[in-house]
Amino acid sequence: MTETTEKCSVPAVGITGITKRFGDVVAVDNIDLSIADGEFFALLGPSGCGKTTTLRMIGGLDFPTEGSLRIFGDEVGTLPPNKRPVNTVFQNYALFPHMNVLENVGFGLKMQKVNKSDIAARSRQALDMVQLGHLAERRPTQLSGGQQQRVALARALVNEPKVLLLDEPLGALDLKLRQEMQLELKTLQRELGITFVFVTHDQEEALTMSDRIAVMDSGKLLQVAEPEAIYERPANRFVADFIGNTNLLEGTVADSTTVVLANGSRVEASSDHAAGTKVAVSLRPERAYCHEVGGAPSAHSTIDGKIRGTTYLGNAVVYRVALDWMELDVREENRPGMAKFEQWQEVTVSWDPSAVAVVAD
Amino acid sequence: MVSTQAAQAEQTSVESAEQATVEFEAKAIRQASRRGFLMALPAYGYLVLFFAIPLMIVVVYSFATRTSSGGTALSGWNLDAYRKLGEPIVRDILFRSIWIALLTTVLCLIIAYPFSYYLATRSERVRNVLLVFVMIPFWSNFLVRNYAWRVLLGNDGPVSQVTSAIGLGETRILFTPLAVIIGLVYGFLPFMILPLYAAIERIDWRLVEASRDLYASGFESFRRVVLPLSMPGVVAGSILVFVPSLGAYVTPEILGGAKTTLLGSYVVVQFLTARNWPVGASLSFVLMSVMLVTTLIYFRSGGRTL
Ligand SMILES: Nc1ncnc2c1ncn2[C@@H]1O[C@H](COP(=O)(O)OP(=O)(O)O)[C@@H](O)[C@H]1O
Ligand SMILES: [Mg+2]
Repeated sequence: MTETTEKCSVPAVGITGITKRFGDVVAVDNIDLSIADGEFFALLGPSGCGKTTTLRMIGGLDFPTEGSLRIFGDEVGTLPPNKRPVNTVFQNYALFPHMNVLENVGFGLKMQKVNKSDIAARSRQALDMVQLGHLAERRPTQLSGGQQQRVALARALVNEPKVLLLDEPLGALDLKLRQEMQLELKTLQRELGITFVFVTHDQEEALTMSDRIAVMDSGKLLQVAEPEAIYERPANRFVADFIGNTNLLEGTVADSTTVVLANGSRVEASSDHAAGTKVAVSLRPERAYCHEVGGAPSAHSTIDGKIRGTTYLGNAVVYRVALDWMELDVREENRPGMAKFEQWQEVTVSWDPSAVAVVAD
Repeated sequence: MVSTQAAQAEQTSVESAEQATVEFEAKAIRQASRRGFLMALPAYGYLVLFFAIPLMIVVVYSFATRTSSGGTALSGWNLDAYRKLGEPIVRDILFRSIWIALLTTVLCLIIAYPFSYYLATRSERVRNVLLVFVMIPFWSNFLVRNYAWRVLLGNDGPVSQVTSAIGLGETRILFTPLAVIIGLVYGFLPFMILPLYAAIERIDWRLVEASRDLYASGFESFRRVVLPLSMPGVVAGSILVFVPSLGAYVTPEILGGAKTTLLGSYVVVQFLTARNWPVGASLSFVLMSVMLVTTLIYFRSGGRTL
């Protein structure tokens, strides 16, 4: 056994080789993950990829089939949830319908045998923190979705957990409220300094809120990195496709700076894949430009095509460009003097070679 | 000017459109309720014919006069029958009946709760098999099942044989209140299990998980989440057991013997043997009122399980 010497290097959550099977279904497939103290960490992936299961294992609501799980260095693999210094904000809030808001918030403290006057004071304080002090006597069913969400948050945070687990906490809220809550959650996390593990299937939410993101698919961890790295340097095709919008131009690696696209044209794109590897060049719509034929800057890579459709977004216009062998989306910001193109007009699509990423399966 | 006129015209047309919508909606609602009434008509007819009218007859008879020959005169309306209910014999029977019904209810609750909990937390398949087991007793006649208990509990029945074999001597359970309670618990247990099961099964298990996440032990989680949320089932089951136990006739008749007269038997005696129809009617009516009030209290308190 090697002792961990530095206190600050102990991760808040340390997951090593964890697998979770439900019968034949492998919900979580041998993942390793280290979440630092005070981090806002997002688990991102499509529905059914194993995010909730991972979170439940950290919280103690499911137990790993294999592997080790540590919270601040202590092995917790088989501890029941009430013996772990973590709390959860559940996907559906799971507020107790037979208790009022204040009793809901005070439940955890009561179970920890905190004395009555402290429970009352701390519950009130937690409710004030989420701006619901005035609704303390209400039943959860008498609250709106957004208010229930805040109660669930207060109910977890009042216990001052070392790690807060949030399972798609904003999923049921409408867009405006969701954006407000995103900001609020982020601010709260900064102020409290608690480690947040945040599950979401919304890549935009993960990008805007997190310090780091783990992208999952089919129970596997595909990439763990900062938002920018995930967006700019996706580890593989799935990540490139799942995070934001992108055009995937199929091709084969020729050498470290060139990819031969499926139509035979060579484009500049640096990668460390071996020559001959089947790859895709990921070109983000906002990184491509449309020009009249031949009007592209000489340093850019280019492809010719025809405008097949135009989607007006208000702040931008997305042109769908038909090539002989595929279609591309090109996003032009709606600035004064933005170039406009007609349906079926011949255009040249161009991009800065450094703006693309090469991804393999 | 022109535009204001146009605006006014538009407004009136909007108003009349709204008016039309309201009328249309009202008409639709009327039609729907008429259809609903038609569908419920057979049920209403049944209720009136076999419940409301007989009940009225009972009420009327309870105020009638018993003639010296044992007949009933529908004249000289009086409260004698109700006064008779205050006499010690009737009071004793009443208290004994309530006491036995209460005990039956509590015993059913104690037996049924753990079983219902177990049932509700099984997989769908196991659950269905167990539910069939709960129903099996209904496949044979209630009377037959009570006579079976008479055999089981008799002085030379299996229970007694076992106790004398292990040296405890013969048991004399038959024709005691204990035999009645055993019979009632046996007979009404499914009426406790089913609503309890329904209530527990309906509990959102994520709430239990949430309580565990909030530091509740398994026991606390049960006490503070499962139990309160299953209360509608507890109340419904208790009413479903208490009410028929209070008026039970067959089981006390077969297992109770002469010393354990209960309300049900007393009512029958009043009608058939003592030929005092007003007293039988008044007692029936009081009994029914008690049951009705109990049930109303339940629905008023928000229970909607059944
Ligand atoms: N209790 C369970 N029993 C069987 N399969 C389960 C159970 N919980 C989750 N799964 C399966 O595990 C996979 C991952 O589920 P989950 O972690 O809920 O995904 P996510 O939260 O990412 O949508 C899914 O295929 C799901 O069907
Ligand atoms: Mg989920």
